[in-house]
Amino acid sequence: MTTVPRGLLSTRGLSLKFGGVVAADGIDFDLMAGERLAVVGQNGAGKTTFINICTGYIKATSGQVFFDGAEVTGQSPRAITRRGLGRSFQLPQLFTEHTVRQCLLLAASAVQRKTGLWRALDQAVDADEVDATLELLQLSGRAHDLSGSLPEGQRKLLDVAMALVLRPKLMIMDEPTSGVSSDEKHQLMEVLMRALDERKVTSIFVEHDIDIVRRYATRLAAWIAGKVAADGKPEEVLRDPIVIKNVVGE
Amino acid sequence: MGSPRLRLLVVALLGLVLALTLSLPWLKTPVLLALSNGLAVLGVIVLIRAGQVSFGHAMFACLAGYGVTFMARAWHLDALLLVALGTAGAALFGALIGVFMVRYRGIFFGMLNLAFSMVLFSMLGKFGGLTGGTDGLRFDRPTIGFVHLEREGFETALLFLALALAVLAGLAVQRYFTSVNGQALAAIKTNETRLEYLGISAKRVFWGGYVLSAAMCGLGGSLFALAQGLVTPEMGYWVRSGEVVFIAILGGAGHAVGAFIGAFVFEFVKLYAAALLTGAWQLALGLVLIVMVFVAPTGIFGLMETHLRAKAAPR
Repeated sequence: MTTVPRGLLSTRGLSLKFGGVVAADGIDFDLMAGERLAVVGQNGAGKTTFINICTGYIKATSGQVFFDGAEVTGQSPRAITRRGLGRSFQLPQLFTEHTVRQCLLLAASAVQRKTGLWRALDQAVDADEVDATLELLQLSGRAHDLSGSLPEGQRKLLDVAMALVLRPKLMIMDEPTSGVSSDEKHQLMEVLMRALDERKVTSIFVEHDIDIVRRYATRLAAWIAGKVAADGKPEEVLRDPIVIKNVVGE
Repeated sequence: MGSPRLRLLVVALLGLVLALTLSLPWLKTPVLLALSNGLAVLGVIVLIRAGQVSFGHAMFACLAGYGVTFMARAWHLDALLLVALGTAGAALFGALIGVFMVRYRGIFFGMLNLAFSMVLFSMLGKFGGLTGGTDGLRFDRPTIGFVHLEREGFETALLFLALALAVLAGLAVQRYFTSVNGQALAAIKTNETRLEYLGISAKRVFWGGYVLSAAMCGLGGSLFALAQGLVTPEMGYWVRSGEVVFIAILGGAGHAVGAFIGAFVFEFVKLYAAALLTGAWQLALGLVLIVMVFVAPTGIFGLMETHLRAKAAPR
């Protein structure tokens, strides 16, 4: 019988090979509730692959994934999302022909288990959560704009907002500040982190900007060649010679 | 387009159709055919909402038409019941075929529908003993509302029924578009991945849309069969499916009204082109479509919508 690890998200021996390339190399990992983990690593280190396996987008060659006390290995993104794991993407995944509010209403319809062929979306769904999330992520002013018309920073916020409406226990954000100007990065992270704190959501975020990592992470994991090469408090990990050599640079 | 303006447009179009048809009785048949085509186009528009185009949806009109014919010949049912059962039958086939279809997108979806429709077309031609082969099957004029009417009265009653069903179906489809499932269907077009990451099954949503589209095509096919008193395998031929897509583009896939505007324009361009350019009426239709794609890619309804919006905008 499998022993379920006590972490909110845990993996055991997680491996994935694409032909000769090892994208995940026997990863044993535990994330505790309440942590704010930053993941760093060079391009191709396997950060996004790890996220994609944990969220059901791709299947591992071997190993197990546990979330919130249950094994979710090989389950679909839909099933894992319903268990309370939300995610955002490096390239925001939006419904570009829907308004910002409609995107969130659709998310709310999923969590409220509302379906139907007759009642209009905005009448069928309890919109309190939607409006609160719009406010929280400073998107209220764009509520009636098409999501496809938003600038990149707001697209990133909406991408997270859609997952946040689902009231997740864990939010995984893949490069939330990529494609955003350096001036806007901190402002964006402030909004995101405040929202996650207010909703008491544990989070993982992949990030390349070390200043952002220092400021917002409570824990840091450095990925090198499909493995967690260093894991711990951000300042300690950033002093690790292997991390300095392979991730941060001299 | 604002709702009051649209309602006014629909009422004006309905009034125009009724006035013309009642004053010029020869128009009844082309109007009936346009309405039944419009209902089938409505079905295709549902799929276009999800960004998918079917090149085989005439099969559902054909299945419903044959269903109506078999039931009319065997049990002499009333026309209202025949329409209801024909539509339900098409929806049932849609539910079954849809189980396979929802796994595919884009060209594979379009061509798989076409393949299914060609299987049906071949079977209807080959099993002549049952289906009448390529000559098709005729059936006697049924009662309508349990009243037996002569040909002219039957056509008039059928016309009113078709108009009422067109309005109801148009309203229902528009309502569906604004519903939770309708909005989720539209989300399939732009981001199926995100839909799954919201915990919504894109396949289930698409299956629902597919069944609705089959039902609309079935409704159109049932009326078509009753209007003609005859069904042939041609009803399900791939060219017919292409015509339905053609009409959707012509009328505009953005709104249910576009389906009927497109169907009327198509029917009358075909009618006059066939009279004036015998043997080359497809040329006229082709030219109309080329012009539409260049001038108004959102179709006739999209063009009207843009025009009216510009007029309503503050100066």
